Amino acid sequence: MIRREGIINTLIFLSLPAVAGAALLLDEPFTITLATRAAILALAAVGLNLALGLGGLVSLGHAAFFGIGGYAMGILASHAQSYVPLIDTWIVIEGTKSMPVIWLVAVIASAFAALAIGALSLRTSGVYFIMITLAFGQMFYYFAISWPAYGGEDGLSIYVRNDFPGLNTLVPIQFFGLVFTILALVLWAMGRLAASPFGLALNAARQNAERVETVGLTPFRLRLVAFVISGAITGLAGALFADLNRFVSPSMFSWQMSGEFIVFIVLGGIGRLFGPVAGACLFVVLEHMLSGVSEFWLIYVGAILLLVVLFARGGLIGTLAGRAVAHD
Amino acid sequence: MTDPLLHIEGLSKSFGALKATDDVTLSLKPGEIHALIGPNGAGKSTLIKQVAGALVPDAGTVWLNGRDVTKLPTAARARAGLGRTFQISSLAMEYTVLQNAVLGALGARGSVWRFLGNVMRDKALRGTAERALARVGLMEQALVRTSELSHGQRRLLEVAVALTLEPDVFLMDEPMAGLGADGSRRMTGFLDDLRSRAPILLVEHDMDAVFALADRISVLVYGKIIATGTADEIRANPEVRSAYLGEEIVI
Repeated sequence: MIRREGIINTLIFLSLPAVAGAALLLDEPFTITLATRAAILALAAVGLNLALGLGGLVSLGHAAFFGIGGYAMGILASHAQSYVPLIDTWIVIEGTKSMPVIWLVAVIASAFAALAIGALSLRTSGVYFIMITLAFGQMFYYFAISWPAYGGEDGLSIYVRNDFPGLNTLVPIQFFGLVFTILALVLWAMGRLAASPFGLALNAARQNAERVETVGLTPFRLRLVAFVISGAITGLAGALFADLNRFVSPSMFSWQMSGEFIVFIVLGGIGRLFGPVAGACLFVVLEHMLSGVSEFWLIYVGAILLLVVLFARGGLIGTLAGRAVAHD
Repeated sequence: MTDPLLHIEGLSKSFGALKATDDVTLSLKPGEIHALIGPNGAGKSTLIKQVAGALVPDAGTVWLNGRDVTKLPTAARARAGLGRTFQISSLAMEYTVLQNAVLGALGARGSVWRFLGNVMRDKALRGTAERALARVGLMEQALVRTSELSHGQRRLLEVAVALTLEPDVFLMDEPMAGLGADGSRRMTGFLDDLRSRAPILLVEHDMDAVFALADRISVLVYGKIIATGTADEIRANPEVRSAYLGEEIVI
């Protein structure tokens, strides 16, 4: 059964470059952009899945990290495009159009935010944890709305996509390749992490915190580190998402965004490595197909989600691959 | 006389007007099994929780290995050398038997901050885990999901995980509960051997096991220790007979 899940994972994963490649041959750049969008949303949800799936931490505030990543890109790139330094009082910090630098800033900023939010919210659990993460997310949302320096409610437009050495990122298939490579690397690292000593302890803390304490480990610390890594990955996805749209707005911080990440995970299969990828792909496909049918297309997504929760708890991957088998 | 490895001094805990633990003093010396018995509601579980770190006492001190651990949380007490088993099995139920034991070995090692290597391929951790499973006779079930174990096997796994910690003191809350006559006999034999490795503070309802194993017995009634002594002394103590053992139980 574990092999069947492996085959399904491979198929779902390869469907992304297959769609992008076919779209390239058929000269359908919009479809390549859709595949890129799916890959970036998948990355954001892969980040959340570390906290939610492995750690059992239902965060309804991951849009905070997604938005921080987005604004890291927006702020740096807007300064670079206007040639106004970011800081010029004591030291001079210029904006940048370099993707690697932007990614680094996005990852560090969202990791620090996750450290602060996690240190406070992880003292609670259950519904309180959900509510306090939601509250933090909303704080960032309203802060972004009321921050006129960077567009306020209207957001920030970036005219040209940022640079990556050796690539022309404005060519859809090249940007897709970059995003897909990052997704692949993160999935590989997440797979390793789940099987690592840290992963074993974190997953055990979700199943039975008392057991973990009794062997001398502290669930709070395990969860905090997981939350920080999780937030950093979602932050990286935020920077990529902003670059895809060449636009950042407070909606990246909205609680609907956090909710969508959870929906991807539930649709695909909670705690499964490729669950968020399957869920995000399914969501983007549904969004594309159903939004043509009706303005209220989310009703159909809601119905599908209801069916998954009622009849297919393991999500898409769980339904196709059967019950998860314990690792060796 | 050797210094006790675990020493509890003047421990008290009240819930409202109820004195669940009332000025309890007891000690555990190297190589001994010290049994704690008492009727239902005597406060055994409350006392155990304070020793393990799950409950903060109102007054008194818990010394472990000569160190005051009264203020330490559960995890720190485990690292200080306390190996606890629970009355109701507390295990990671989605994990295999081996994974639960490896978790124990990982806790004993203390360095959990490794993010890439495969934990189940770590020879040292796996070796510790497999030796502990072999000692309790669970090697054949190593790859079985813990939720599929029988009640008795879960009790054995609890003990195996405690073994992987190589603790200085065992704290066992009713290890015989629900084991059946045969399982009980085997567990008794096992604990008999175990005391040479580390002393055991044993809370147990099974009187056959207690009288067969214990070097000393303390009797807890309404949160107070009314007597401490050898099996013979406890049997002969009239106060214990009337307060706890009653007329209907013949020992």
